[in-house]
Order: sequence, then C-alpha cells, then structure tokens
Amino acid sequence: MSDSGQPLVLGIETSCDETGVGIVRGETLLVDAIASSVDEHARFGGVVPEVASRAHLEAMVPTLERACAEAGVRLADLDAVAVTSGPGLAGALMVGVAAAKALSVGLGVPLYGVNHLASHVAVDIVEHGPLPSPTMALLVSGGHSSLLLVPDVTADIQPLGATIDDAAGEAFDKVARVLGLPFPGGPHIDRVARDGEVTIDFPRGLTTGRDLERHRFDFSFSGLKTAVARWVELRQRAGESVSVADVAASFQEAVVDVLTRKAVDACRTHGVDHLQIGGGVAANSRLRAMAQSRCEAAGVELRVPRPGLCTDNGAMVAALGAQMVMRGRTPSGLDLPADSSMPVTEIQA
Amino acid sequence: MLLLALDTSTSAITVALHDGSGVRAERAVTDARRHTEHLAPLIEEVLAAGAVAPAELTDIAVGTGPGPFTGLRVGLVTARTLGFALDRPIHGVPSLDVLAHQGSGLVTGDLLVATDARRKEVYWAVYAVRSGRVERLSAPAVDRPGDLEDGVRALPTLGRGPLLYPDLFLAPLPVHDVSAGALAEVAVGRIRSGTPMPVDALYLRRPDAVPSVSTKSTVPDGWRGA
Repeated sequence: MSDSGQPLVLGIETSCDETGVGIVRGETLLVDAIASSVDEHARFGGVVPEVASRAHLEAMVPTLERACAEAGVRLADLDAVAVTSGPGLAGALMVGVAAAKALSVGLGVPLYGVNHLASHVAVDIVEHGPLPSPTMALLVSGGHSSLLLVPDVTADIQPLGATIDDAAGEAFDKVARVLGLPFPGGPHIDRVARDGEVTIDFPRGLTTGRDLERHRFDFSFSGLKTAVARWVELRQRAGESVSVADVAASFQEAVVDVLTRKAVDACRTHGVDHLQIGGGVAANSRLRAMAQSRCEAAGVELRVPRPGLCTDNGAMVAALGAQMVMRGRTPSGLDLPADSSMPVTEIQA
Repeated sequence: MLLLALDTSTSAITVALHDGSGVRAERAVTDARRHTEHLAPLIEEVLAAGAVAPAELTDIAVGTGPGPFTGLRVGLVTARTLGFALDRPIHGVPSLDVLAHQGSGLVTGDLLVATDARRKEVYWAVYAVRSGRVERLSAPAVDRPGDLEDGVRALPTLGRGPLLYPDLFLAPLPVHDVSAGALAEVAVGRIRSGTPMPVDALYLRRPDAVPSVSTKSTVPDGWRGA
C-alpha cells in the first residue's frame, strides 16, 4: 500500500457496451477512461452481444493505457484490481474478467470480482463522500430497474423491487424507435421532450389496486411502451399528425413519475432519508428534476453522481474494489467466473 | 528467452512455458465452457512449475483461432493484457497451424485440420508436411463438413472434426485439441525467423445481428378504441 495508506485500485467494467477502466486512491477518483461501442450498435437498434464483446477485446489494452497515462499511475504501484463479474452480458463480462486476472497474475496483486449493481451505488463515494447508512438506491438503466435498500454497500444490499418486464432504459429505446429517434433513445427523448408538453395520460404500471399491493416497489414498463406505440400508430393510420415532442414528454413523464413515486415511497416506508439514483437513465433531466422536488417535499436528501458516473464506467468498479480492500475483505480466487445473472445480494464473487 | 504460450481456441485451455531450448512446463484442462475460470490458475501453475516469476517472462504467445468466439477472446485478452502489464511483446499464432504442427510427427504428406466451429460447421485448413516442415496450403475457413471436397475429407485429419462427424472424416488422427507446448515451439521458430505474428482474432464469421428495419404493429386486427 502507498504512503498515504489509501489503496490504489484499478477497476474494469465490461458488462454491456462500455469498456471502462477507472482508478481510485481510497475514496478519491483519479481517472475514468471509457471506450464505447454504442455507435456500432445503433444500426441494430440495440446492443448486439457479439459486437460488444469484440469491441471490448479491441478496446481493453488501449483503455488501460489511457487510464494509466491520464492518472499518471504506474501499473506496478497498484494495490488491487477489481472487475465487474456480473450481472451482464456473459461474453462481454468474460473479456473484462480475463483481463483483470491477467493484471492480477502479471502484477501479483489481489483480484476482486464485484457486482455491477453494487458498483453503481458505490460510485457516489468518490463523488459525494461516504454513503449514509442506510441509503436507498434507485438504479435505472437499459438493463436494470431496481430499488435497493443499502445498509452497507460492501456487505448488505437488500433488493426491494425491480422491473418485472422491460428495464426503464429499454422502454426509452423502444419508444424512441417508434418515434423515429436514434438509439440509444434516452438522450434523444430527453432532448425532444423539452420542446413538448405532457398532453397524453399514458399508463403508470403497477401503481394501483392489487398491482400496487403485490408489486409495491416493482416496476413495469412493457405496457407503457405498447401504449405509446399503439397511440402513435392509431393516429398515423387515421392520417393525423403526431407531435413527437408531446409524445416523448408524456412518455417520459409516465416513466419518471413511477420511478420517483416508488423511490420516495420506499424511503418513507423504510425510514431512509437518503436516496441515490444511478444507472444510465439517471442522466435524464426530467428524472433529476422530479426526484429533486419530490425528495425535498418528503425530507429526503437526493444524491446523484454526475452523468458520466451514472452510466457504466470503470471508476465505479474501482470505487467498490477500494472499499473491499479498505475493509480487509478476502480477494476473489483466480478461478472467478463471469456470472451473467449474479444476484445483487452477492456483492463480491 | 522465457516465453509463455497459451491457447483457448479449442476445448482445451492450455498453457506452456518455453525457455528457448524447449518446453519447460505445460498444463491443460479440457472444459469447453469454462475458459475464463481455468486459464489464469493454469498460468500460475505453469509459472510455478517452471520456477519463473511473471516479471521474468520475455515473450507471450497466443493462439489467434479460429475458435468459438467467447473462449477465443479469453485467451487473446489474457495474452494482450499480460503483455501490457509486463511490457513484453505478444506474438500471435493461428491455432490451426499449431494443430498441424502437432500432426507433423505423425504423417508425411498432406493433412487436414478440422476443429469444432459449432453450428454444425468446422474450422479447417489443409497443410503439407514434408521432411518435418509444415506448410499451409489453404487459408483457414469455416464450412459445413459435408461441403468440403471428398479428397480433402479423406486426408489424415486432426482436431475434433472427426470426433463430431465420424462418417465424414475418414482418416482421423488422435490429436484433438491445441497444445500450448506445440504453440510455443511454433512461436519460437517464427520469432527467430522474423515472421510477422499478428494477434488479431481470426473470427471468420460476422456477428449474428440484423439491422432493425421496422417495428411490428401494436394494433390488433379490428381494434377500435384508443
């Protein structure tokens, strides 16, 4: 360990289409290097696993080089390597896991295989300082929509609810396609919606009656997506003009309303006064604004990392890895597998 | 020279250490679905068996395929990252060349290498062995075994092709998977002769994906409401 007593940890993230390498010293972020294959997926309208895996292989060493150069870090000074071992796309995860093992063997440093979702929570430590205990976390991305009660991000994460069909980001992608907007849909819907008004009352999944009783903290976006597609198709068939801006704003409002309503309800129910939002959808401006106002009204403090740390990145993996090192956790074995369906309760593999 | 060689293009995860005069240690596990789990522990075992620290390695050699993609990438990213971590050169060897080299002591004349490409296909190439020297006669390709010419399928054949399609490959040889020891020998020879050794993955197939063209209707036939 370095003179400062703070471990220097490199984190690798390859669970989807971003090749991320981050380096932290203790709770300080030194660098967050990213290579994204998102442009290669755009013409397919979604992430193609084999395309993502091939891109990870080609981007891995250049991204490692860039991270070390920008942080002024020599590999020989690293105290540990952390890697996302799940959940995610199996073939994509394996590229990162194998690279992390090669660093571990080559440099003789311990390896920590960590959970992707836990990393999304832990990243705020390097952004806003230690996490209050407990923290409520709302993770929303193209692959996940989860509400997590987090007493200890390194040891105790309790899932309260998750999507029962599409992830929130997936709904953004699919609605964007219906509206003729490019992939990934989130940023485009956010932009277009700013010029629109919420004129259509799209359905809010799992928010009433028995659905709410049985799925209080779960989400459902599949019905919403279909409702939007149907609304648009019917008007197009009738030869009516469709205001893309109004549809985008109305759709976005429905998603954000459900996410923030359930997140604040979870905080109240569990007596938690801190809410953290992470994942790619956390970059959505309407989500940030509505979460802010609803949290203020409920007396809950909102924490949202900067957008670059909300989307998938290596810094979040390094941040969680450093916590593992500082808490003296036993490293993972070199036989660490990639686990595409790793449960969020399994924080370290 | 202390060269670490590894290959994950076939069902074997295989690692060897070559010291410039011969193979000092070699380990392999046959487990076609768990390349990620086995490779790094095998590297540690081979280094320990050879009494070599990672920093003492001078070169890394890796099989570049063709092979099932996910397993192939495990070997390639491991070699490339290890080369980066240790600041050592990495050298690529097409994996079918290694199998041909493994067969060069068994036959003289032409031979076929045919490995499992999954999806009822094989990766294959034809080689000539003359006085112990191996020369590749055809570029690596991927095809259904039944689509190979009869004369090609009748050649002495290495790899898992004959195990999977015994009726189609008529002269099987008892060599099924790549050996990293053989890979190391090929690599050392090519390094010494100055042969270019790119480390690009030999996929031979494009990713399975079709561009999205349209969304299907969400309005059922006869739908009237909104």
